[in-house]
Amino acid sequence: MTDWQPSELAREREAFRRTQRRRALAVATVATAVVVGAVAYVVATAPGWERARQAFFSPERAVEVLPEVAEGLLLNLRVWVVASVVGLVVGLLLAVVRTSRLPALFPLRVLTVVYVDVFRGVPVLLVLLLAGFGLPALRLEWLPVSAAFLGGLAIVLTYTAYLAEIFRAGIESVHPSQVAAARSLGLSRGQTVRRVVLPQAVRNVTAPTASTLVSLQKDSGLISILGAVDAIRAAQIATTGDYNFTPYVVAGLLFLLLSIPLTRLVDAWSARQGWRGRLRGVSGGGVIR
Amino acid sequence: MSASLLSLRGVRKTYPGPGRGAAPKVVLDGVDLDVTEHECVVLIGASGSGKSTLLRVIDLLEEVDDGQVLLDGVDVADPWVDANAARARMAMVFQQYNLFPHLRVLDNVTLALRLVHGRGRAEAAASGLAMLEKVGLAHKARAYPDELSGGEQQRAAIARALVGAPELLLLDEVTSALDPELVGEVLDLLVALRDEGTTMVVATHEMGFAREVADEVVFLHDGQVHERGTPAQVLDDPQRERTRDFLRRLR
Ligand SMILES: Nc1ncnc2c1ncn2[C@@H]1O[C@H](COP(=O)(O)OP(=O)(O)O)[C@@H](O)[C@H]1O
Ligand SMILES: [Mg+2]
Repeated sequence: MTDWQPSELAREREAFRRTQRRRALAVATVATAVVVGAVAYVVATAPGWERARQAFFSPERAVEVLPEVAEGLLLNLRVWVVASVVGLVVGLLLAVVRTSRLPALFPLRVLTVVYVDVFRGVPVLLVLLLAGFGLPALRLEWLPVSAAFLGGLAIVLTYTAYLAEIFRAGIESVHPSQVAAARSLGLSRGQTVRRVVLPQAVRNVTAPTASTLVSLQKDSGLISILGAVDAIRAAQIATTGDYNFTPYVVAGLLFLLLSIPLTRLVDAWSARQGWRGRLRGVSGGGVIR
Repeated sequence: MSASLLSLRGVRKTYPGPGRGAAPKVVLDGVDLDVTEHECVVLIGASGSGKSTLLRVIDLLEEVDDGQVLLDGVDVADPWVDANAARARMAMVFQQYNLFPHLRVLDNVTLALRLVHGRGRAEAAASGLAMLEKVGLAHKARAYPDELSGGEQQRAAIARALVGAPELLLLDEVTSALDPELVGEVLDLLVALRDEGTTMVVATHEMGFAREVADEVVFLHDGQVHERGTPAQVLDDPQRERTRDFLRRLR
């Protein structure tokens, strides 16, 4: 190694970049101040602002309803966790079945296609209503009929179909030469799927999977239409009788409190993965001028 | 003369033509080939002449339309033969390396040892490291494939192929994707393997390498073996017009 001292040229460039960075920071600050100021001005000078502030942002009311809404949120959380786990596992299985060519799986494959087509095509709201009001009508003794259970079931049914499609795209994104390489080493069909195809497939679709899970977390609020007391329903109950809608705002903030860390967590997790895959050249190559 | 480790008899392979109603494309049209133990057979031929297809047929990655693929006298092209077991006795190195991107280099090398050859984790790791040592990559054992240069990736792929002690090594233009200055490091490795007596079938455009390692050179043209013989016969004194054309164009 030679003993390197930055040349005049390098120092000049560095000084230039420093100036540019300072200028960029100044521009960002001014732009933010202008935007925030403009929004605040428009809102605060709106004729109905005083009424709206009391109706939506009353601090006392917020503190009052927080316990009830937070308790409702626990139900959303439970639905979210259960639906995520079931959706991920079953969705992956469905994707494998759908992409496999084993003749024994043929009937299952047809069922998978029908299932995915139906539940991806029907609005969640409709699935919820049908499950919530249709299933109890069957009077099956072994079937729990609580609103939370039926609502959760509808969410699981819908989101499993979404996740199955995402995983199928992931499986199809793995290049056939990977399968050739694995089979050429003597790995069986099943070993190739488990050890070579699926790990790559799952990594290739981390981002869409994560955003689907966030979306699932929000849609868990839909079970409130069946009467299950989740955060939204709790907020709704709290608003009846007076014209103060602060509980809805509280519920919204609580949902954000869940989903923002969730997205960050997934980002951090995928960054920690040793295999940076196809994004390496983009994210790891330094900033391109 | 000893019996062949690998024999092809009348191998025929077609691919469906492009689009509906198109005539199927005949890629291999009755190919015979014999490879005895410790022998090195080099396949040459224009791009698209079917060298890769022939290697994939041998490795049972393609089904033949007709003909026999005899491994130790057993026709492994028969659908009732255990193809996984037959494939485990051979190993293929691909033009594009085809390393598993989600596994570290060492795990690439030991995957089949553990899943196919039933070795324990520690034993597999030891053999894998020894093999990486041999190809000069022990220091990259914990790297991911995308952190390696092309030459290193190909050497890792060769280590992965060799670690299961295959009876037959299939090499498909393994230097074609490499930068010129990296070709040497891979060819040197192959020459060393050849000198150890590894049985190989090699598709290549490197004529110098072919001359150095081949016991037999096979020129493929129009899906058939157009000319075959020792390197001196085929490369230096080709008897047929097509072979001469092909060699002239390479120069
Ligand atoms: N999967 C495939 N489907 C259709 N045609 C193919 C396929 N693979 C190879 N071919 C055709 O078979 C011929 C031989 O290909 P290949 O064996 O790769 O030749 P080589 O390795 O000698 O360049 C080519 O014309 C190619 O287009
Ligand atoms: Mg080829």
